[in-house]
Amino acid sequence: MIEIKNISKTFGDRLVVDDVSFVFEQGKTNLIIGESGSGKTTIMKLMVGLHEIDGGEILYDGENFPTLGVKEKQDVRKKIGMLFQGGALFDSQTLEDNIKFPLDMFSDMTEEEKLDRVNFCLDKVQLTNRNKLYPGELSGGMKKRAALARAISNNPQYLFCDEPNSGLDPKTAIVIDNLIQSLTHEFNITTIVITHDMNSVVEIGEKVLYIYKGKPWWTGNGKDILQTTNPELLDFVFASGFMKEVFNAVNKK
Amino acid sequence: MKLFFHLGRYFILIRRVFSKPEKVSVYMRQIVHEIDNIGISSLPIIAIISFFMGGVITIQAAFGFTSPIIPLYALGFTTRESMLLEFSPTIVCLILAGKIGSNIASEIGSMRITEQIDALEIMGINSAGFLILPKIAAGVLIFPFLIAISMFLGIFGGYIMGMATGACSSYEFIFGIQAFFEPWKLYYSFTKVITFAFLITSISSYFGYYTQGGALEVGKSSTSAVVYSSILILIFNFIITQLFFT
Repeated sequence: MIEIKNISKTFGDRLVVDDVSFVFEQGKTNLIIGESGSGKTTIMKLMVGLHEIDGGEILYDGENFPTLGVKEKQDVRKKIGMLFQGGALFDSQTLEDNIKFPLDMFSDMTEEEKLDRVNFCLDKVQLTNRNKLYPGELSGGMKKRAALARAISNNPQYLFCDEPNSGLDPKTAIVIDNLIQSLTHEFNITTIVITHDMNSVVEIGEKVLYIYKGKPWWTGNGKDILQTTNPELLDFVFASGFMKEVFNAVNKK
Repeated sequence: MKLFFHLGRYFILIRRVFSKPEKVSVYMRQIVHEIDNIGISSLPIIAIISFFMGGVITIQAAFGFTSPIIPLYALGFTTRESMLLEFSPTIVCLILAGKIGSNIASEIGSMRITEQIDALEIMGINSAGFLILPKIAAGVLIFPFLIAISMFLGIFGGYIMGMATGACSSYEFIFGIQAFFEPWKLYYSFTKVITFAFLITSISSYFGYYTQGGALEVGKSSTSAVVYSSILILIFNFIITQLFFT
């Protein structure tokens, strides 16, 4: 479980994250949603320590992450897997080497055990036998899946996914969403997904935090969101006319 | 003020670079990879440049040494001194600053803008140490060999050109390259080489590591890496020469 308490962050004189508190539960897909520039990626970067918070607490199973020393922070980070928006795979390495990398650095496994683990992770993300491909040879969806395989290779307790669906077609996006949710349930991971894709919110949003202009504006789950009366959230959810029509049609039935 | 900002940030980065590696075996593997990337791949360009520069030095010296009181073995002596003292350790390192410096800065800069460095950090890896230490170690280890090869090929180029143009005999040239040899000059040369290797790899890594933005900024970082490495090579060349020759 990860709990954030009253965290805030300013860049220059711009308040980007304003007094946000939330509990990200273990074994659930926790979503942070909001418009572009609302501060959701900044919240995630604060949580993993890529930016420093101005105030508040970030508790990883009770440990206040920002106050830890360098060594202790590294120990917490070893329990984190992260899927970056662009994948962030190492271009000069094959998929096998990319996925094996965290194991090389932090495990005492034999080469054979590492290879078994790599193949297991590739199976999980439906990239069986693609071990020797380079990131440059993969499509966008495959890159995301490969990055997901790397993120889970070291059995993380916490999984962060930054806009896992961006740039993907709806069908591939659903595959990625389902993968994230099934991995979360199967391995009882605390998963945090940053997204502004409404399909994802409804499909996998077991706990949702809506951020509006850096502030926590609404919390609930992916099903509740369609019944919301919050005007800003309504604007966000039904930003597309198509979504509105679908919702009205379903309600009429 | 900006100079102090960069200096401070550079030394903080260097401190991180030399902190304890997470896994020595992985770092060793990286060093071997970097030796190949930085060193072996630079060998052809160094060989070509050194051979022809040695030849040119000999021809120019032969053209200048018209007085009958200057012995012909001075051609070998001049070529050796030029190659050992200045051309191989300084000029070749300036060329390497262009080739390797831009390579390192653009590689690390690209990793920065594509979040690969963030990925390393989140895995709990000291990204500065993992990316930069093997490059510095590889540079410091392989540069002396590259420069030794450059010295040899430069003198050899001078010998071939000397023979080809009939400027001197083989005996005179070989006598010249052995005449008045002082071993401390090799210490001087290799002190410079090791210093320049450290400067090129660390400064280029610094500019790459702190790249912000996109592809355009990666290009700017590469340019800055080459410019600042070259300037610092010239400054340290002056300082080390002062220290050894006074």
